[in-house]
Amino acid sequence: MTGSDNFPLETAREMYRRMVLIRRFEDHLYALFLQGAVPGTLHQYQGQEAVAVGVCIALRPDDVIFSTHRPVGHLLARGSSPRGIAAEIMGKATGCAGGKGGQMHLTDVTVGAMPSNAIVGANIPIATGAALAFQLRGQDRVAVSFFGDGASNIGAFHEGINLAAVKNAPVIFVCENNQYGASTAISSMLRITDIADRAAAYGIPGRVVDGMDVLAVHHAVLEAVERARQGNGPTLLECKTYRYAGHSRGDPGGYRTRDEVQRWRERDPISHMRALLITERGMAEEELISIENACQSEVEEAVEFARNSPEPGIEETYLHVFKERQ
Amino acid sequence: MSTREMTMVEALRDGLRVAMLSDPAVFLIGEDLGIPGGFGGGFTVTLGLSDEFGHARVMDTPISEIAIVGAAVGAALVGMRPVAEMQYGDFVFCAMDQVVNQAAKMHYMSNGQVSVPMVLRLPVGASARGAQHAQSTEAWFMHTPGLKVVCPSNPYDAKGLLLAAIRDNNPVVFLEHKLLYGGKGGRKESSSAAKVVSVPEEDYEIPLGTVAVKRQGSDLTLLANMLMLHRAMDAAQELDQQGVHAEVIDMRCLVPLDMQPLIASAQKTGRVLIVEEDNLTGGWGAEVAARLSEAVFFHLDAPITRVAAPDTPAPTAPVLEHEYVPSVQRVVAAALKLVAG
Ligand SMILES: Cc1ncc(C[n+]2csc(CCOP(=O)(O)OP(=O)(O)O)c2C)c(N)n1
Ligand SMILES: [Mg+2]
Repeated sequence: MTGSDNFPLETAREMYRRMVLIRRFEDHLYALFLQGAVPGTLHQYQGQEAVAVGVCIALRPDDVIFSTHRPVGHLLARGSSPRGIAAEIMGKATGCAGGKGGQMHLTDVTVGAMPSNAIVGANIPIATGAALAFQLRGQDRVAVSFFGDGASNIGAFHEGINLAAVKNAPVIFVCENNQYGASTAISSMLRITDIADRAAAYGIPGRVVDGMDVLAVHHAVLEAVERARQGNGPTLLECKTYRYAGHSRGDPGGYRTRDEVQRWRERDPISHMRALLITERGMAEEELISIENACQSEVEEAVEFARNSPEPGIEETYLHVFKERQ
Repeated sequence: MSTREMTMVEALRDGLRVAMLSDPAVFLIGEDLGIPGGFGGGFTVTLGLSDEFGHARVMDTPISEIAIVGAAVGAALVGMRPVAEMQYGDFVFCAMDQVVNQAAKMHYMSNGQVSVPMVLRLPVGASARGAQHAQSTEAWFMHTPGLKVVCPSNPYDAKGLLLAAIRDNNPVVFLEHKLLYGGKGGRKESSSAAKVVSVPEEDYEIPLGTVAVKRQGSDLTLLANMLMLHRAMDAAQELDQQGVHAEVIDMRCLVPLDMQPLIASAQKTGRVLIVEEDNLTGGWGAEVAARLSEAVFFHLDAPITRVAAPDTPAPTAPVLEHEYVPSVQRVVAAALKLVAG
């Protein structure tokens, strides 16, 4: 693990809190899914929390993120309300997208979370475009594109990153290599070990990061963000991580071994950060427990809120096809 | 003929098996098709086929839709009969150049020197997953000369049409409705409308360019495909109870389109109601309505009418999706209005 000394205790504690919030949220949602209370699909984030949190804590409120079909961690890390997320997933009027988007399209512009994208890789050129706009307007804002290992094989990845590279766009490409795209091991679909190596093809920095270590992720992102804000262009960060759950609802994960899952779980980003906060930063166990309990209550309250929320009125079906001229 | 009860997933899988057994030129290409312990494609249609045919003929690819369709085009050009899968029909938009500019045009541009015998399988229809996993894309392909478009409503047709599509010498876009797949080694959608039917285990084809009259009636004609065929049949049953007798035709192949049975039916009933899950504007129903009105205008007692999804993206919340996808009630109401008018 990277030492936590470089970070103010407040930041380290907040990282821990957000990771726990994500984990508890996802676990609770899974329990609800098993009870049949979650309509539609579900792509869960357990195991990858260090990536979302390490990235989002390095951003300013006016930066923007572009997420994927697996967006819960990203939005929670960015500070979006668990209520709005839970309600969106449950198809309620109080959802962050009014129930129109659903689990794969969480959107919350109040925290700079652009519409999450269910087309693999599609947000890579889109994030580049947002970054180009910031550059055009002389703003020092950055855009972050989150995507998976599998997404690194789609054309949009190559076109989007190359465009960003040649234009020095202030964008950070965060590849969450959780080892699989659906049931396909990424190792069977790449001749190279590290997706980060592809950065060389576009002439930008590429870095392999331990995605189970929130501080390592945070360090790498701070550097990439700094570079982008100063007009020195994009960075490709490959965070090596793992998803504990199946790819989507009901996937028992027969394509990977229990052993493999166990090995990754032993490197759990939350347990490690917890140990570090106690040993290196002298935080009291009780304080951590109280953070955990607070997260649990927040999650339970959010889900209760979602369950008790009304469904959208059917007239909503017809709204927002076009934006009116003001 | 020995037959077996099959869901649509099983019938499609069986169709692929029969095609691969009968012709070494047939191979499958797509994502997660044959991974051990994996999904068997987006909806398990190819589950187990890599055990039988190996990973060379059940070819797993990276998440690269352009490469999947492009490679199918290339292999077809040199004599293979690839069957490519998109995990959801919506992802074909990533590969639209390969479909529209390449597959559809090669035979014509080469003055017939080359052909592109390939099948592109697309799972379509709304299923509570949101706007990027819901579209019914028939019309996009109908509009492109050089592509055939097939859209079965039941396991028996699915197998026979798939075999005919694989053996056709042209690119065939083959749509499969998610809610019709059914279970059995397959992902069963909770709202599945799938019926298990008796399907021959043998090799048989249903010719492309055919529609099927599913039900005789004298008062109006319902034209529908895939999931909407089932809604139309249910509506016809309700209409019966109100003394209105609907003829129902399964529009299982849209290109080539056999207009003759449609014309005959419209002449008989004088009223036509088209039921489609696609968005209203520019859907397949618009084309069929135009052709029918050219052919039978003076036989009609009422304007040709469509029930379709509204011109909005598919919303995700169950109540909104329910409003979006045409229901039996909407079909019944539109039919009653037509016969009253
Ligand atoms: C263009 C496209 N192709 C296929 C899919 C189906 N699909 C959804 S998620 C997924 C796997 C994505 O893998 P990865 O990029 O590694 O992200 P992860 O799911 O591991 O977070 C696939 C194939 C899709 N949504 N979009
Ligand atoms: Mg992955």
